[in-house]
Amino acid sequence: MSNGTATLELTSGIDARERRQDLLRIIRELVRNKAALLGLVILIVIGVAAVFAPYLSPFDPTFQSVTQRLKPPPWRDAEGHLFVLGTDHLGRDILSRLIYGARISLVIGVSAVALAGTLGTLLGLVAGYRGGAIDDLCMRVTDTMLAMPFILLALAVIAVLGPSLRNIIFVLGITSWVSYARVVRAEVLTLRTREFIAAASALGSGGRRIVFRHLLPNVLTPVIVIATLEVARMIILESALSFLGLGVQPPTPTWGGMLADGRAYLSTSWWLATFPGLSIMVTVLGINLLGDWLRDILDPRLQL
Amino acid sequence: MTRYLVRRLWQSVLVLFGISIIIFIILHLTGDPAVLLMPPDATQADIDNFRKLMGFNDPLFIRWPPWEYLNPPWRFLTDTQYGRFFIGVTHGDFGNSFRHQQPAMSLVMERMPATIELTLAAMAIAISIAVPVGILSAVRRNSVLDHAGMVVALLGQSMPVYWLGIMFILLFAVRLDLLPAFGSGSWQHLVLPATTLGAFSMARIARLTRSSMLEVLGQEYVRTARAKGVSEWRLVLRHALKNAAIPVITIIGLDMGTLLGGAVITETIFAWPGVGRLAVQAISYRDYPLVQSAVFLLASIFVLINFLVDILYTCVDPRVAYK
Repeated sequence: MSNGTATLELTSGIDARERRQDLLRIIRELVRNKAALLGLVILIVIGVAAVFAPYLSPFDPTFQSVTQRLKPPPWRDAEGHLFVLGTDHLGRDILSRLIYGARISLVIGVSAVALAGTLGTLLGLVAGYRGGAIDDLCMRVTDTMLAMPFILLALAVIAVLGPSLRNIIFVLGITSWVSYARVVRAEVLTLRTREFIAAASALGSGGRRIVFRHLLPNVLTPVIVIATLEVARMIILESALSFLGLGVQPPTPTWGGMLADGRAYLSTSWWLATFPGLSIMVTVLGINLLGDWLRDILDPRLQL
Repeated sequence: MTRYLVRRLWQSVLVLFGISIIIFIILHLTGDPAVLLMPPDATQADIDNFRKLMGFNDPLFIRWPPWEYLNPPWRFLTDTQYGRFFIGVTHGDFGNSFRHQQPAMSLVMERMPATIELTLAAMAIAISIAVPVGILSAVRRNSVLDHAGMVVALLGQSMPVYWLGIMFILLFAVRLDLLPAFGSGSWQHLVLPATTLGAFSMARIARLTRSSMLEVLGQEYVRTARAKGVSEWRLVLRHALKNAAIPVITIIGLDMGTLLGGAVITETIFAWPGVGRLAVQAISYRDYPLVQSAVFLLASIFVLINFLVDILYTCVDPRVAYK
């Protein structure tokens, strides 16, 4: 790390052993808080389902069978195959579709948050550190974006660009960077006046080094909390888009799309719409539980 | 205080201006609008004619050399596409809806009262249930009531709006046959959509009220009042509530915007004749003037509501104006 000049280590000198003890403490906290533990378990289950979907799902999610339409759960057909959650209007196994749908939801949720988080954090850092005109401009843009009803904005952009996995991640990402930017900017404004920044500057660190080496690690805490809760929001929004027909197109199974399909059969086959909705709710619940716990131990000031 | 409000007003105007730019840009995101709007079997001559007629040959904002469009100064407003759009916006003229061949804004205005009715009803239901639950949960902390209330609130925040709506339809309209599932007209038609729309806000407000109340109840002036012998309920209602209300009011203001956006899906499910449903249909058949007017109107209302919340804020907490 030497670069010729004397660089003082201005972080709080945590060594490896302290880091390990911190980690153990965090794990102990997690286990103690039953709700957060439940959230973590839920997420692990969903994550495993998503990653190992081809191995876990009993049937091919796109396999249609006219003779097996709308069978109530649980259904055992003539050859002895068990459709645990019934079949939909095209004879496809609902459980398999749910498992594959988890993939789409998680991929979109995490990618959109990665995109929005990176964008928002960068903008927040620049706006907070530089201040002045750039800061004002960022704040105006933030207010403007907050004023737009998100769904309409997303709908309009997707209608123009066309629905595809990439476009959805793009739209969700560029419309939700605002939360990160605001929080990061607020943190930077507080940190900017602290001595370690002044010291770094006095020792000759340029703007870029200060921002990335000193400010960034310190603003990451609230960003992580927000990012976790935002994944939940992204999943709900993605399923809303799928519900309106502008999400990832069939035959790829998505939870929102399954809900839309199920809506037409509500009075006769309730299981088409109920299970996808339950999946969404359980996933989001898990994320919210975990995110709340993260917020409580990392930064209770955030009132989200 | 007036200076603060004037500044907020000016910021609101700027935000509206920014919104007009955004919705203008979106529709020119991909290539040639003339090609997009003409039927697929139009000849090149037709497309060129259409383009000239609609003024798509003019620059969007500015072209080289830029000073030609700024001198005379009004040339920017007449000879660029955004300039003409901007003039239209200031007159409330968004052009004619392609499909309905009527002024787009008047179509949107027709549907506005329905959406406002739905949003207000949703917010009323949300506040009237969430605030008492939040207060009770805070006052009776860690009791069964508290835990039950917060669990339900957490579930409410985790549920997708439209799933709740569908489940409501399933339960109340299909199975129990108590309430109508779609359309509008009587107050019964309003119940399900409004409750669906308000559910998320209800959950959020309940949790926020509880945490804000807990924070206030831990303050020293509350301890002083208790020591002076003020009765518990009087304390809660008269002293603590006003202070705890501050973050709650902010969230209510922000949630109005979310509700306006969320109304889109709820209106679609319950076939509620509001602006949101109109906008979704317009998007699906590419009726750009209609989409622009709907989005602009909804955003303007949101900005207005936020401004009103700011005014309310200064009444509840006058310190805010001097920051």
